[in-house]
Amino acid sequence: MRSPRFTRFGAVTILAASLAWGGPAMAETAILNVSYDPTRELYKEFNEAFAAHWKAETGEDVAVRMSHGGAGKQARAVIDGLAADVVTLALAYDIDAIAERTGLINADWQAELPNASAPYTSTIVLLVRKGNPKGIHDWGDLARDDVQVITPNPKTSGGARWNFLAAWAWGLDAFGGDEAKVGDYMTKVFRNVPVLDTGARGSTTTFVQRGIGDVLLAWENEAFLALEELGPDKFEIVVPSVSILAQPPVTVVDGNVDKHGTRKVAEAYLAYLYSPEGQRLAAKHYYRPVTPEHAAPEDRARFPDARLVTIDDTFGGWQAAQQRFFADGGVFDQIYQPK
Amino acid sequence: MHASATPAQVAATTESPVVRRLLCAAAFVFLLVFLLLPLVAVFVEALRGGVGTYLAALVEPDAIAAIELTLLVAAISVPLNIVFGVCAAWCIAKFEFKGKSLLVTLIDLPFSVSPVIAGLIYVLLFGAAGWFGPWLAERDIQIVFAVPGIVLATIFVTLPFVARELIPVMQQSGTDDEEAALSLGASGWRTFLTVTLPNIKWGLLYGVLLCNARAMGEFGAVSVVSGHIRGFTNTMPLHVEILYNEYNFAAAFAVASLLAVLALVTLVLKTWLEARGGHVVSSLGRH
Amino acid sequence: MNTRALGSGWVRPSVIPGFGMTLGFTLAYLGLVVLIPLSAVVFRAAGLGWQDFLALATDGRTLAAVRLSFTTALMAAALNAVFGLLVAWVLVRYSFPGKRVLDAMVDLPFALPTAVAGIALTSLYAGNGWIGQFLEPLGIKVAYAPLGIVVALTFIGLPFVVRTVQPVLQDLDREVEEASATLGARRGRTFRTVILPVLGPALLTGFALAFARGVGEYGSVIFIAGNIPHVSEIAPLLIVIRLEEFNYAGATAVAVLMLAISFVILLLINLIQAWSRGRMERG
Repeated sequence: MRSPRFTRFGAVTILAASLAWGGPAMAETAILNVSYDPTRELYKEFNEAFAAHWKAETGEDVAVRMSHGGAGKQARAVIDGLAADVVTLALAYDIDAIAERTGLINADWQAELPNASAPYTSTIVLLVRKGNPKGIHDWGDLARDDVQVITPNPKTSGGARWNFLAAWAWGLDAFGGDEAKVGDYMTKVFRNVPVLDTGARGSTTTFVQRGIGDVLLAWENEAFLALEELGPDKFEIVVPSVSILAQPPVTVVDGNVDKHGTRKVAEAYLAYLYSPEGQRLAAKHYYRPVTPEHAAPEDRARFPDARLVTIDDTFGGWQAAQQRFFADGGVFDQIYQPK
Repeated sequence: MHASATPAQVAATTESPVVRRLLCAAAFVFLLVFLLLPLVAVFVEALRGGVGTYLAALVEPDAIAAIELTLLVAAISVPLNIVFGVCAAWCIAKFEFKGKSLLVTLIDLPFSVSPVIAGLIYVLLFGAAGWFGPWLAERDIQIVFAVPGIVLATIFVTLPFVARELIPVMQQSGTDDEEAALSLGASGWRTFLTVTLPNIKWGLLYGVLLCNARAMGEFGAVSVVSGHIRGFTNTMPLHVEILYNEYNFAAAFAVASLLAVLALVTLVLKTWLEARGGHVVSSLGRH
Repeated sequence: MNTRALGSGWVRPSVIPGFGMTLGFTLAYLGLVVLIPLSAVVFRAAGLGWQDFLALATDGRTLAAVRLSFTTALMAAALNAVFGLLVAWVLVRYSFPGKRVLDAMVDLPFALPTAVAGIALTSLYAGNGWIGQFLEPLGIKVAYAPLGIVVALTFIGLPFVVRTVQPVLQDLDREVEEASATLGARRGRTFRTVILPVLGPALLTGFALAFARGVGEYGSVIFIAGNIPHVSEIAPLLIVIRLEEFNYAGATAVAVLMLAISFVILLLINLIQAWSRGRMERG
């Protein structure tokens, strides 16, 4: 009987065909930028600008593909084999994790680009409902019983880790360095969190669209965007007395670009973030440019002055902060231990 | 108490009109709140921004790429599961052998495995740090975070549908017709095509329909293996999530409404099939 | 290919061809797509060592998530058992305009992608949604609370109960009911003592299927749940979160725990069915 072999052969052929689909040969160069949640709008515009720039410079077409999600999820995907050419994540720790676990990124990646590889910075602000009905003016108000706080989960969201550390930094000031008191304060704040989304975008949606909570702890750029997209008549931004200087870093995934033969374009892509045009676009999308003189004056004027602490000075760098606060059994886990 | 002729019997084999109406009303309200309202909500939210916005969201390149990918994934995974379903039903329904009920249980397994786990297993196998990861990397074959991974995860979650529908149908039709055809000298393949297939075609179509609906709508498993590359590895359900996360609610619901239309078409076809095939209802749970 | 050559006692001889081929293909396909990949999780977990696995699987947050997945799935399945039976009853026993439409609608949760169901239910039950706005003043919080999970799982599981009960109800011999009635039993009693026992196995099967599906459900739940550890974080979400924390050991531990549970449920379903078949044959 010939049918069995035929059927099996057919099945194998289809399966093989479906496997081959994975690596189609592209006519144009394509690079993949794996990024975190709130950068969607920035990179949408920046990618077009870069493609035009690259075409003018080299005559080649380049397509930049984007993947967005919570920073932890994105780093995990790259570790598991998502073939990113560049990563533009929320914090250095996630890129360190990729470097450490896969060896695809040089260990000293952060020294490769200016300003510790962060072409733009941001900070954490409080977004409240119009008229600030609950009278929320600073971090201390978040621990009040009548306030509901929206933040994503620090375990999975880079932005949430910055939120956590910003609040902690305020606590250190407010309680004169008494860490037990800061811990109690943080526990009270997280008791006030009714929804813990996995990414910054999920939290913004919860706060803005679902109308849950009194205050959203958000990236400054995300807060501005929410104002712009969803109406300045509904929300306002409260700048706390102290916050943290958030430096979302970028780097080339060396192992992948060498395999894809895209190192040149990937490096040019990141360098273009530091160019006057890149800086202008960053400022336009509410990121604080590292060379403010390239930003449009009206964009520059939007950024309020705030006292910003840095992760290195206050927390001894990301590795230390991650270990202490966000590792399994760390400070954050203790907050959620049922008493 | 009752004026009619055989009051006791009537009262005892049906319910009184009041009870009947109450039961109907309860069932209607339940179905309205749990089934109809969510469906209506999808379309209302989708059309909130007007028909123009609605159509714009559907012809946007990333949305089209998502639709194409979804169709491609279904076009690969559904036929494979048809072949599997027919083979599995054939050996289970037409033969008696030891371990058959274990085999049936194993075929059902994907129904009760969380879709997230279905995605996770392929990451553990084909991810960079998985069993075959290094081997695949050397040969430059991308499975997870690319189309093959999405196809595999989809095959996993939709595997039981066709087999599940065919097993009871084939069991019901027995083996007499096939035996007669064979004794008349027909080949096995010909017997299957001319005798078995006409018997099972409605059940087969029914299974394919359910399989296809799930293949196009799967979210959890695909989400784990997709990598979420816009316009490249985003299926329609994932595209819905992305749009939703971009404050683009109208567009998110627009794409969602397309999936809802697919669901409605599925239901209409299913009802038609039932009328044609006399195949009463899904045979879930009966075999 | 002759079956007799293959069958060395464990398969009953038959003149029908193709046993070897179809069984071979079935096993190979099942092995490649389901069993080998699933065993990868088990091996990964086994690589942890018993001590570590136990520590991960009995971690407070894991237990809370598994417990939540279980209780909400159980509640949803119970709700579905009651209302599914009601819907099946109304569909089989009564005739009214629009019956076919209603009958077709029951399968909507099978056909509607779970993510779509998730965002639709969330927009309905959020404090500013169509239904939520009436419930919130009463102090009933559905979206972003465990109750929301129950609602989502009820949606997902409804067809399982209706579709398993319906055929049995259709085949139900009405003469038995009549006999019961002529013997003087009232309707309520007839239902309890004659109808319910016959429906029992189907109802249980539907319940178990809805339950099994509910325990593992992800897409529709994450939108509506709130996802707070120890409160509204379901087990499948915890797997995803563990993965995102680069904690593969934790993810596989939860996965294996859930797999074991699914397998037990499946076995239970098959036992119920075997039991009911046995009863039918005797009866």
